[in-house]
Amino acid sequence: MASSDVARQPDQGTRPLSLAGHVGFDSLPDQLVNKSITQGFCFNILCIGETGIGKSTLMDTLFNTNFENFESSHFEPQVKLRAQTYDLQESNVRLRLTVVNTVGFGDQMNKQESYQPVVDYIDKQFETYLQEELKIKRSLHNYHDSRVHACLYFISPSGHSLKSLDLVTMKKLDSKVNIIPVIAKADTISKSELHKFKIKIMSELVSNGVQIYQFPLDDETVAKVNTTMNGHLPFAVVGSTEEVCVGNKMVKARQYPWGVVQVENEQHCDFVKLREMLICVNMEDLREQTHTRHYELYRRCKLEEMGFKDTDPECKPVSLQQTYEAKRQEFLAELQKREDEMRQVFVQRVKEKEAELKEAERELQSRFEQLKRLHADEKATLEEKRRLLDEDLSSFSKRKTAAQLLQGQSLAVNGKKDKDRKK
Amino acid sequence: MIERPDTAVPSIAQRNLEGYVGFANLPNQVYRKSVKRGFEFTLMVVGESGLGKSTLINSLFLTDLYSKDYPGPSQRIKKTVQVEQSKVLIKEGGVQLTLTIVDTPGFGDAVDNSNCWQPVINYIDSKFEDFLNAESRVNRRSMPDNRVHCCLYFIAPSGHGLKPLDIEFMKRLHDKVNVIPLIAKADTLTPEECQLFKKQIMKEIQEHKIKIYEFPDTEDDEDNKLIRKIKEKMPLAVVGSNVVVEVNGKKVRGRQYPWGVAEEGIFVENGEHCDFTVLRNMLIRTHMQDLKDVTNNVHYENYRSKKLAAVTCNGVDTTKTKGQLTKSPLAQMEEERREHVMKMKKMEAEMEQVFEMKVKEKKQKLKDSEAELERRHEQMKRNLEAQYKELEEKRRVFEDEKANWEAQQRILEQQKLDASKTMEKNKKKGKIF
Repeated sequence: MASSDVARQPDQGTRPLSLAGHVGFDSLPDQLVNKSITQGFCFNILCIGETGIGKSTLMDTLFNTNFENFESSHFEPQVKLRAQTYDLQESNVRLRLTVVNTVGFGDQMNKQESYQPVVDYIDKQFETYLQEELKIKRSLHNYHDSRVHACLYFISPSGHSLKSLDLVTMKKLDSKVNIIPVIAKADTISKSELHKFKIKIMSELVSNGVQIYQFPLDDETVAKVNTTMNGHLPFAVVGSTEEVCVGNKMVKARQYPWGVVQVENEQHCDFVKLREMLICVNMEDLREQTHTRHYELYRRCKLEEMGFKDTDPECKPVSLQQTYEAKRQEFLAELQKREDEMRQVFVQRVKEKEAELKEAERELQSRFEQLKRLHADEKATLEEKRRLLDEDLSSFSKRKTAAQLLQGQSLAVNGKKDKDRKK
Repeated sequence: MIERPDTAVPSIAQRNLEGYVGFANLPNQVYRKSVKRGFEFTLMVVGESGLGKSTLINSLFLTDLYSKDYPGPSQRIKKTVQVEQSKVLIKEGGVQLTLTIVDTPGFGDAVDNSNCWQPVINYIDSKFEDFLNAESRVNRRSMPDNRVHCCLYFIAPSGHGLKPLDIEFMKRLHDKVNVIPLIAKADTLTPEECQLFKKQIMKEIQEHKIKIYEFPDTEDDEDNKLIRKIKEKMPLAVVGSNVVVEVNGKKVRGRQYPWGVAEEGIFVENGEHCDFTVLRNMLIRTHMQDLKDVTNNVHYENYRSKKLAAVTCNGVDTTKTKGQLTKSPLAQMEEERREHVMKMKKMEAEMEQVFEMKVKEKKQKLKDSEAELERRHEQMKRNLEAQYKELEEKRRVFEDEKANWEAQQRILEQQKLDASKTMEKNKKKGKIF
């Protein structure tokens, strides 16, 4: 087998092969599961609802434990979020659960900005994850994931319809988190009212384009139960941590004069359905959706905002390297420009100042010239005076000489006369 | 706004559950989803021709990866080192595995083998690069994982030690891929020779600080005992066979010799024939997932951080790189920008200072000139004034003299006049004489 086979490369496509025996890679899912169990799981729930609607009680009931709860007043000036993390364990499975509660939701007079703190919190968790993912040296495999995996939205049991606050809030959140609406305090609604209420709610959500979380139907093992449950949305729940004796068992329930509402009785409320769907069947799917859909959307928007693209203007694919390089070049160019600008400003100032000082010098020079001229003038005047004086002096001395001469002459003449006379 | 309890680190409390919650079902959910997704694994085999790589692959996966229709690279004569991949899909117990076998025909076969590892390194890096680019896109779809998860390195059974090529190759690749060295064609060594050979190889591996794949300890003590036993057998010595022979009525895969059959994979009570089963168990049944994890968390991250550090640290002082690695390249640029702003401020302040100083100097000089000018002017003025005064004095003296002289002259004139007048009078009075 030689040259004729040289040209024949193995297929680039995948071809199926049959095995002649038990290889053993069917243990791969188990290996994966073992790893997950060793690592531990993590889940973050956000509860949105008005003060006193039963968020904390429901959490306690769902997780069969007593979380630290603070009763809040109705007078919070702004909506705040309070997050608490707990380590739970059931058989050999460890779960790090974070429960985030809204405080003061729906209490303000002006509720226009009520959704904002919630959106900000969710975005902040995405941002933290994104920053970690973008680091040069990162440790994603032991990163504590704080992104919100499920959002329980508590609807007031008015029996009529959704409030506009509900619609506005859910619309803002449906692209950021898996929303599971629940009807709180369901023990105040009768069965027939509840049925109408549920239909009304679902139709309002649809007509307002709110995308709530649908239990996934792609896996045959759970598709059937998920489809059924999807039809029961939103779940009407009752929470209680108190136990009442019913028959000969102690069950979680609420005792009224007219009867006992049993939390885990499917005839009384949908609590069991919620627990089943949220925790037993779809917890992993909620996490996956958060990561592959909501987080990716956030990431995509953020990167586009920062100017990253997958293709350059000529529609050729651009790798991360190139984008980073380009950004770096841009960045360095910008810094250089700023430096140059600053230098430019200085050069300008120096020029101006130099011109100023030169002007001053010139002025001084002209003053000097002026003084020189003045001085020269004065000197000339002086010279003139001197000359005059000299002239006067010389004319005077001439006069003197002339006079003396004359005098001498006249004296001589007079002397002669006198002499003559005397003779 | 988020309100957390006082400590900066969120305090995490333990809670005990008082009843059924249901998240103990999480592992099953994970199981279900992973089966639905399917698995991928890439295995690379490296070694000189004729060491039985193709046979081993076929044996490991109990399939004819290389057959008449898809001949293995060993059947082809290669002049240079190639890197070839074959992708197959195999199913077992409902689990789908997309297996990629990467072969390196021509490795070590040339006369001059320097740099024969380069195509291998290039291949591994290119897979890392593909993954990095896919991971870094803005629009991320499914990211197929084609990175090399494990590299089986075949050592020829010389019985003496590692060859320089072996050492060089493993040293260059131990930071990029999980390297599992194997002794090929172990049926040419007796058990004692094999033991010595293994010891020698491990010694040399330690001497050269080669990091081969380490099987991690688990929480289970039983498993740990097994793992320690396996570690003692490293590197594993293997025999592969495509042929099934009958031994004692049993059908086994083995190599038939006149003196017996070297079986593959069945521990016999009075000594084991080879470590093949151990290899298969470790590679496939227990540690396949861990090999993928180490590739993802260690080797890939190494590649990625080096690649990104190169982008952001172009021309930057390498002494600063430690702190930079904890940030994303963009955060890095932000920090550099801030540093630059500070630098500019400083520069600006300095330039301002120099400017002010020069201005002051110049102004001082101007002032001095002016003062000098004033001084000279004063001097000249005074000089002139003195001269004036002198002149005035002279004139005054002269005027005085003149006045005096003129006065004298007038007196003389007057005298003369008087005298002549008297003479006239006398003349008139009588010329007596």
